[in-house]
Amino acid sequence: MLANIKQSKPAAYAGMAIFAVVLAVLPFVMGATLGNTWVRNLDLAMLYIMLALGLNIVVGYAGLLDLGYIAFYAVGAYVYALLNSPHLVPMLSGTGFEWLLHMPLLVVLPLAALLAGIFGVLLGSPTLKLRGDYLAIVTLGFGEIVRLFMNNLDRPINITNGPQGVNLIEPVSLFGHKFSQAITVFGIEFRSVHLYYYLFLALALLIIVVSIRLQSSRIGRAWVAIREDEIAAQAMGINTRNVKLLAFAMGASFGGVSGAMFASFQGFVSPESFILMESIVVLAMVVLGGMGHIPGVILGAILLFLTPEVLRDVVNPLQDKLIGERLVNPENLRMLLFGIALIFVMLVRPEGLWPSKQRKAEFHEDDDLKVKDAEKEAAHG
Amino acid sequence: MDIFIQQLINGLVVGSIYALIALGYTMVYGILQLINFAHGEIVMMGAMITISAVSILSGSGVNLPGPLLVVAGLLVSIPITMLLGFTIERVAYRPLRKAPRLAPLITAIGISIVLQQVAVLIWKNNPRSFPDLLPHASHDFMGAVITDLQILIVVLALVVMGGLLIMVEKTKLGRAMRAVSMNQSVASLMGVNINYVISMTFVIGSALGAVAGVMVGANYGLAYPTMGFMIGLKAFTAAVLGGIGNLAGAVAGGLLLGIIESVGAGYLGPITGGVLGSHYQDIFAFMVLILVLVFRPSGLLGERVAERA
Repeated sequence: MLANIKQSKPAAYAGMAIFAVVLAVLPFVMGATLGNTWVRNLDLAMLYIMLALGLNIVVGYAGLLDLGYIAFYAVGAYVYALLNSPHLVPMLSGTGFEWLLHMPLLVVLPLAALLAGIFGVLLGSPTLKLRGDYLAIVTLGFGEIVRLFMNNLDRPINITNGPQGVNLIEPVSLFGHKFSQAITVFGIEFRSVHLYYYLFLALALLIIVVSIRLQSSRIGRAWVAIREDEIAAQAMGINTRNVKLLAFAMGASFGGVSGAMFASFQGFVSPESFILMESIVVLAMVVLGGMGHIPGVILGAILLFLTPEVLRDVVNPLQDKLIGERLVNPENLRMLLFGIALIFVMLVRPEGLWPSKQRKAEFHEDDDLKVKDAEKEAAHG
Repeated sequence: MDIFIQQLINGLVVGSIYALIALGYTMVYGILQLINFAHGEIVMMGAMITISAVSILSGSGVNLPGPLLVVAGLLVSIPITMLLGFTIERVAYRPLRKAPRLAPLITAIGISIVLQQVAVLIWKNNPRSFPDLLPHASHDFMGAVITDLQILIVVLALVVMGGLLIMVEKTKLGRAMRAVSMNQSVASLMGVNINYVISMTFVIGSALGAVAGVMVGANYGLAYPTMGFMIGLKAFTAAVLGGIGNLAGAVAGGLLLGIIESVGAGYLGPITGGVLGSHYQDIFAFMVLILVLVFRPSGLLGERVAERA
């Protein structure tokens, strides 16, 4: 969105100002028209935008298909949860590590990002040589391993509390104000969901700015070079190992940040929230929106997050009216539509709903050339 | 010692099921260099349809001995899964044969989700118990217990795998499959109908998957709409372990993975003094997968050693 503004400067500033105002009043408008659940949904949508942008670095920029991305979200969430809940208190008390608990947000958030980034490197380093579908399968396995460990690390030492998860997580506290309490400024009451909205919006904007800056930076161009042709990139002097690891680490740290925010927002985390399907959902956001194109990815995240919420509001009442009983679970229908959308978009519009111009052009090269390429590949393979 | 033999037997049984499913992955990979993500769902469909068919048959008063009833159920489920396999290839993979490799992988995930959700719609998200129709008298074998059902599973798996190998090595279709896997363009110049061969590969792989699905159901005593993911992933690991694209490798990988998992899970508890228990069983498959891909991506038997199909 920001990148698209190329008109004269005053017009651009006016556009941005209007956009900012819309974003600022959005939760109140939503709350007044659609009810409070929708303000909450707005908050969650922001989290998914952050996640999708993080995965976009790995999949969209560097072309590394990651099917275990939710693991980093999980790492961030558990870091926040364990450090801000009573769960670890008995274990840490008297060990001299009590200072780890209840650190300020500005310390916990970078910590979550850092740890998730380290996990990203952990995943990245053994898989450097793998490409395409093999990489997808290994990352999928990695995601499942992380989840299985979270599910089972309640013994012999109870670290993650196993399948029950960690609860009583404290809400974010910023500038001495706890986000669980409402605050009144200029006669407007900002409730917890509103405060979280602005916090998430700020973080999402930060991630968007970082993504945009990365894209045209030396590193961003190196990622694209690797995506297009790894051997050529290496020949041009790119250290493919470091650059790939950096992509994994960067993407993972974005995931870690949104995971930490998820934990504080929900007040509860359990391994259930980090199943493979979640990884696929985030991947679908990136792919359907338009890999590597920031506005596209944001659109994908919003669309895919909101559709099921709308379905939930529509399907059940509709069933009650039409057949008098609930035959179809909206969650079920959501996943079904999801699968169909994935297939359909790949068949009809493989570049995604809102691709960058460059990528769109790539997908619509002369079919002649494509056939020749495929033949070449077949001859080599 | 008898515990070891017991785990070995259990591993062999599970492993032969993995091997059957792995054959489906490896056949498709050998020909299209594509991971057919939806194969696990085909296995699930095979199990669920068979259970439904059997319960409908026995509900409508058909009086057949147990094993024959299961065979009748298979006669219903195998054609349906074959049709599914055929349709999947036509809808999701064929139009994308020349697209970037990410594209068919994503449609494969899409198909997998669709099949799973359709199954949830039909059967609800509850486990269904597999009807108690097959013999399972237990025998003593070197201090361990082996049941008729386990023997049946291993023997049937071996027969089916043998049949597949003969088909690939001796028949015209098998020769065409090998030709296509070596070089599509040249095979088509030699008069091989590539589309037909690819379709048949999916159809045969799906039939194997349905048989394997019934084995899974019988072995664990239940089946459920979301079972396809884990079993599919493990079978894929088996295929990679043996060397993907290699038929003998898939069989060896399947058996080996089954044994690693079973013996590993059985001994993990005692070795670590109860710190890590058998609930880590599922992690073995992923660890094996990652280790193989990192240290020997071509698998145990390598891609070029034996014939591919």
